[in-house]
Amino acid sequence: MNESALQAVGDASGQSQYLTFRLATEEYGIEILSVQEIKGWTGATPLPESPPYLLGVINLRGCVVPIVDLRKRFGLAQAEFGPTTVVIVARVDRPGGARIAGFVVDAVCEVYTVGDADRRPIPEAVTGQKEFVQGLATVEDKMIILLDIERLLTQAIVGAGGVAQAA
Amino acid sequence: MTLDLAQFHEAFFQESFEALDSMESALLALSAGGTADPETINTIFRVAHSIKGGAATFGFSRITTIAHTAETLLDQLRSNKRTVTPRIVDLLLGVVDVMRDMLASTQQGTRTVPVHLPTLIADLEAIIADNVGNGAVGSGGATNVDPSAGQPRPATPAAPAGGDVAGWKIRFVPGPQMLVHGNDPLRLLQELEALGPVTASVDAARLPPLADLDVEQCVLSWAVRLDAPATIDQVRQVFDWADGDCELEFEPILRPAPTSVATLVVPAPVAAQAETATASPVDGAAGAEATARHAAAPETSIRVSIDKIDELMNTVGELVITQSMLSQCATQLEGHTADELRGGLAQLERQMRALQESVMRVRMLPISFVFNRFPRMVRDLGQKLGKHIELKLIGEQTELDKTVLEKIGDPLVHLVRNSVDHGLESAEKRVAAGKNPTGTITLNAYHKGGNVTVEVSDDGGGLDRDKILRKARERGLVGADEELTDERVYNLIFAPGFSTADVVSDVSGRGVGMDVVRRNISELGGHIQVLSEPGQGTTVRVRLPLTLAILDGQLVRVGEETYVVPLVAIVETIQVKADRVSSIAGQAEVFRLRDDYLPIVRLYDLFGIEPRTTNLLEGLLMIVEADGRRVGLFVDDLLAQQQVVIKSLETNFRQVPGLAGATMLGDGHVALIIDVPGLIMSVEHGSHRAPLLAQAAAA
Repeated sequence: MNESALQAVGDASGQSQYLTFRLATEEYGIEILSVQEIKGWTGATPLPESPPYLLGVINLRGCVVPIVDLRKRFGLAQAEFGPTTVVIVARVDRPGGARIAGFVVDAVCEVYTVGDADRRPIPEAVTGQKEFVQGLATVEDKMIILLDIERLLTQAIVGAGGVAQAA
Repeated sequence: MTLDLAQFHEAFFQESFEALDSMESALLALSAGGTADPETINTIFRVAHSIKGGAATFGFSRITTIAHTAETLLDQLRSNKRTVTPRIVDLLLGVVDVMRDMLASTQQGTRTVPVHLPTLIADLEAIIADNVGNGAVGSGGATNVDPSAGQPRPATPAAPAGGDVAGWKIRFVPGPQMLVHGNDPLRLLQELEALGPVTASVDAARLPPLADLDVEQCVLSWAVRLDAPATIDQVRQVFDWADGDCELEFEPILRPAPTSVATLVVPAPVAAQAETATASPVDGAAGAEATARHAAAPETSIRVSIDKIDELMNTVGELVITQSMLSQCATQLEGHTADELRGGLAQLERQMRALQESVMRVRMLPISFVFNRFPRMVRDLGQKLGKHIELKLIGEQTELDKTVLEKIGDPLVHLVRNSVDHGLESAEKRVAAGKNPTGTITLNAYHKGGNVTVEVSDDGGGLDRDKILRKARERGLVGADEELTDERVYNLIFAPGFSTADVVSDVSGRGVGMDVVRRNISELGGHIQVLSEPGQGTTVRVRLPLTLAILDGQLVRVGEETYVVPLVAIVETIQVKADRVSSIAGQAEVFRLRDDYLPIVRLYDLFGIEPRTTNLLEGLLMIVEADGRRVGLFVDDLLAQQQVVIKSLETNFRQVPGLAGATMLGDGHVALIIDVPGLIMSVEHGSHRAPLLAQAAAA
């Protein structure tokens, strides 16, 4: 589903569902429609010449899927992979074909319904890694950072120094 | 329900392009043979006719016009009112080109009109008007030739014997629901044709504007003239099925004063757009397809989109991986049932291979798809350069993967152009050398050891070894006193910008080309080789993999990782001796292999992984070659040799320099496939990692 379609779903109900996960002390959310599956961390084949946050590629039922360490990508402190560490496999359908990638996160938390009323833009004054942030939401008195999955799947993987994909 | 005609456009274009190809080869057969074989002319006519019908259906009026004009001329040829001349063949080839251009531009939605279209039509009309024969065919575009005359029909002798009825005039007005009820006016008319020659003119008065057209409604009606002494019952029987669904009127044509068969068969001019093909838009496309198929091959076939086949390939690839995963698991089991399991798995493996091969074969097409363009090209080039050339095609039915086929076209065009321009001498020189003034170019394709070999040979003067060497020395490619083997000299022609042509023509000689040819071929995982005999000719031999989806690979271990090296790139693997290794300026390492010094590439270093050992003596050196250059890859160990399914890294990531893709191993892990040409190139540009990154940024 592309962005405009997602938007349409959002507009129609004013609400969309987010899967939230924990990275360090924060809770992040991504739109649940773009989550393909969640799987345990089993290691990846490292790629040469890749940025440090790209852990490598895995075989996902015959697909070669790159795996990104989101902690490293967001410049957070390194953590040991523990029993709750999971890979969230996300997918966006784009004109050139679907794009799939896995993101290593500390733990999966909840699924929340976020309505328009709960959304807030990121304060202007905030600097730093906010290119992947869609906005903030308050759910059950917690702040959830909503991520832009489309950007995550493209820029976050290819990275600043990499090749822009031709698609 | 209304149907959007646009959905048939793509099919129309595809069919038309294929039909034009067959028209072109038929025309070339005409020009070569001299005598006109009626079947060949019929083939050409059918193509022009079906394109005309299709184009009219979709409202591509300019294409209709040119196809129609060509058809008029072809009809004269077919009815022997005119003989085939080289001029006519040239003009009709021009028509093929123009139609191809127009179709292509229409397909892209631009609908540009080739500039020489009016002149071409004028030329055609001039020939048509330059009338011979009995004048039954008028001049100019106003006349429409009865299209049904295009179909080979049973030569019913309109024998004036038996009865007074010479034929029937039938008014056939299908009811609007006729198509819905499963009846097809076209089929009825065809059935009627079984009784004798049929001339039908359509009444399209009830045809609404295209926007309001409901294709399921039949709005056309026909005035049909059947020139056969059939009985009223015979004629009625044809329309039995449609009874009640249409209005029918029968009027017998009484036999007048004895008429000759000829006047009956000669098509009477019919009202505009009187085409059975336009009877219903859907039938138009289908009709075109049927005729094109008929012209192309008698085999039955279906048209499947390549995406579906790729999907099938992928699934089968995954199955192969799963199967080898299971086999690996089974080796760890013990006991009686485990034996049975292993037996079953072994059988499964054989069946998987068979399945994989069958699916692969679906993607295979005969190389004639590429070869077909050469007769025309060689003919035109020969005319331009004033050389007499005979082109021989051998092994046109050799099959290879569609993706390989698509990519091999341009390199082969280069090679053939080169042979025509540089390879073959002028007719005078050939006579002086005691050769046949007509030069021969041979394209030969054959299977050999899991590969396809394509050879482009000419019987020209051969490569001028001294001239190549002189030019190479001038350009500093070869040292002044360096002596080279023939093979290495001939390989110099692949160097970028290298040309021995004294004059740059628009055919070749600019020095771009051969290096591109070699690069394209090595990108395909192929190999190119030049053989030349002074005075006898030159042969360029291209070896290609059968498919790009699967690769014969050697698995190697480096540290904890497994990599796949394409078997085609591997020369040999050796254990290096300490006294053979030296380093240049303390940096680049080289080792001596017989008479050559080859650079050593430490894979763990290049790919930035944890090595098991850094000691060259504890591992192996795998000598790999690409573009005639060799390096030694330092690896820990050799593992199995196996066929691997190539997966692109680009799908979800991006291209990685030095890698050709990835594959799944039996244990489910991903192994990276090494891109040997890319790796050698990056090594040559400075042996370490910085250039790889720079390349990535530039790409």
